[in-house]
Amino acid sequence: MAGLELLSDQGYRVDGRRAGELRKIQARMGVFAQADGSAYIEQGNTKALAVVYGPHEIRGSRARALPDRALVNCQYSSATFSTGERKRRPHGDRKSCEMGLQLRQTFEAAILTQLHPRSQIDIYVQVLQADGGTYAACVNAATLAVLDAGIPMRDFVCACSAGFVDGTALADLSHVEEAAGGPQLALALLPASGQIALLEMDARLHEDHLEQVLEAAARASRDVHTVLDRVVRQHVQEASVLLGD
Amino acid sequence: MASVALSEAEKVYIVHGVQEDLRVDGRGCEDYRCVEVETDVVSNTSGSARVKLGHTDILVGVKAEMGTPKLEKPNEGYLEFFVDCSASATPEFEGRGGDDLGTEIANTLYRIFNNKSSIDLKSLCISPREHCWVLYVDVLLLECGGNLFDAISVAVKAALFNTRIPRVRVLEDEEGSKDIELSDDPYDCIQLSVENVPCIVTLCKIGYRHVVDATLQEEACSLASLLVSVTSKGVVTCIRKVGKGSLDPESIFEMLEHLCMAVTSKTLFRLASAWARCCMPPCRVFYTRRRAWGPRDRKSDSWADVHSSLQLPNVRLLLFPGS
Repeated sequence: MAGLELLSDQGYRVDGRRAGELRKIQARMGVFAQADGSAYIEQGNTKALAVVYGPHEIRGSRARALPDRALVNCQYSSATFSTGERKRRPHGDRKSCEMGLQLRQTFEAAILTQLHPRSQIDIYVQVLQADGGTYAACVNAATLAVLDAGIPMRDFVCACSAGFVDGTALADLSHVEEAAGGPQLALALLPASGQIALLEMDARLHEDHLEQVLEAAARASRDVHTVLDRVVRQHVQEASVLLGD
Repeated sequence: MASVALSEAEKVYIVHGVQEDLRVDGRGCEDYRCVEVETDVVSNTSGSARVKLGHTDILVGVKAEMGTPKLEKPNEGYLEFFVDCSASATPEFEGRGGDDLGTEIANTLYRIFNNKSSIDLKSLCISPREHCWVLYVDVLLLECGGNLFDAISVAVKAALFNTRIPRVRVLEDEEGSKDIELSDDPYDCIQLSVENVPCIVTLCKIGYRHVVDATLQEEACSLASLLVSVTSKGVVTCIRKVGKGSLDPESIFEMLEHLCMAVTSKTLFRLASAWARCCMPPCRVFYTRRRAWGPRDRKSDSWADVHSSLQLPNVRLLLFPGS
């Protein structure tokens, strides 16, 4: 994009953030009463909603049941009005299917599926407004929803994206920065152990810079963890007050 | 449709309660649940609204895009409806499971807007036969707790009220070629008049009586219901029977009479409140701007603002059922 500099000489980005700074995160758990677990998250202008059902009996064909662990079923959809240009279908297109698969992979790594053999856990995420980092927002929302459902997990899964501009790694890309077309890295981290649940990078990036970008994404994911942890603690505190403990 | 399984005893309990004008959650047969309306929820739409009616949760986004007018109506814009029954409402809607219900609701919306009075479609025309605004009204079903149609109609009305369409001018040069110029001022936009946009009232027949704003459990006890779309002036734009059961003509007239009686007698306070209940389920309307599910700083505007903004019937409404 001509005339748009993603990182100023003073080290500020288009929206006024520093290179490693996250956008404002606001989240709430337990937004719906009917689902087993639900959460809503806002990361800057990206808004996502996650709902979890389960663990329950396998729905549909019994043949899909796994004898030793639970089946994690994910569906990603994004509202037709979520993007700048109106989408024709909320789900079922190639990008949504891919996103669903990635989420499934991420959460199979985090949920203790062996505790619920022959059962199914449904995770449905929905993007209501997209402004960059939709994968990260979905993972973070889904983590909160799975926690809200009380499904045992190894650890939080915290995700964040990172990019690379003018020799500097940028954390938590916004839509403008994504659209500029530089390299993009999506990372889902289990913060306590530092294990990576999902790693994906598009476009090209020199091998020497990879470590720097990865480090930026990991640090941002840990920052996300701090915020999510606070949200969970606050939610538990509110819930326990309501229960009269 | 999302449904619950009820035992015979539970059904009897609900049906007998309705006969005594006392429902499971303590409401009378003509009482709505609390409604929460928020507008301006999604910032990259032209207008958006979220409505919560009990456990029913609806998000509507309106996007204005430029298109060509339809051949039979060259100087009018048009509305397109799409309803997405998301899997978060119920796992039954996963994949293509919600498509049938979505199409049914969208078709109902087309039908209730299929008249000249609901919305001034001529104001959506930019240049006849060439350009017009197309309003894509996308409904997203987030949670399903009964009485979908009423909640959706309220959400659509609120979203249309919130819709801002940029003002454009058509410039014509000497050779006759036309150019469309968008106003530089982002606040220079047109707003639609939603005064005559109807709201749906679903009357559910349970036993020998009918109730408004049925919950999922009550819907499971009802064999048939009558869906009436009515404007604040009392104009009925669409009537539909829904459900697998049948209704005898007498009970249809009884239901309609009930609606009409409430609509026409504005003077009596008692009826005014009933009218309010019928035309637009108020009970309690929290009107919030720009705060979605995030930490809530709920600001209830004064009641007068709420009514004028949502074009509610211009009477002093009894907002709390029973008060």
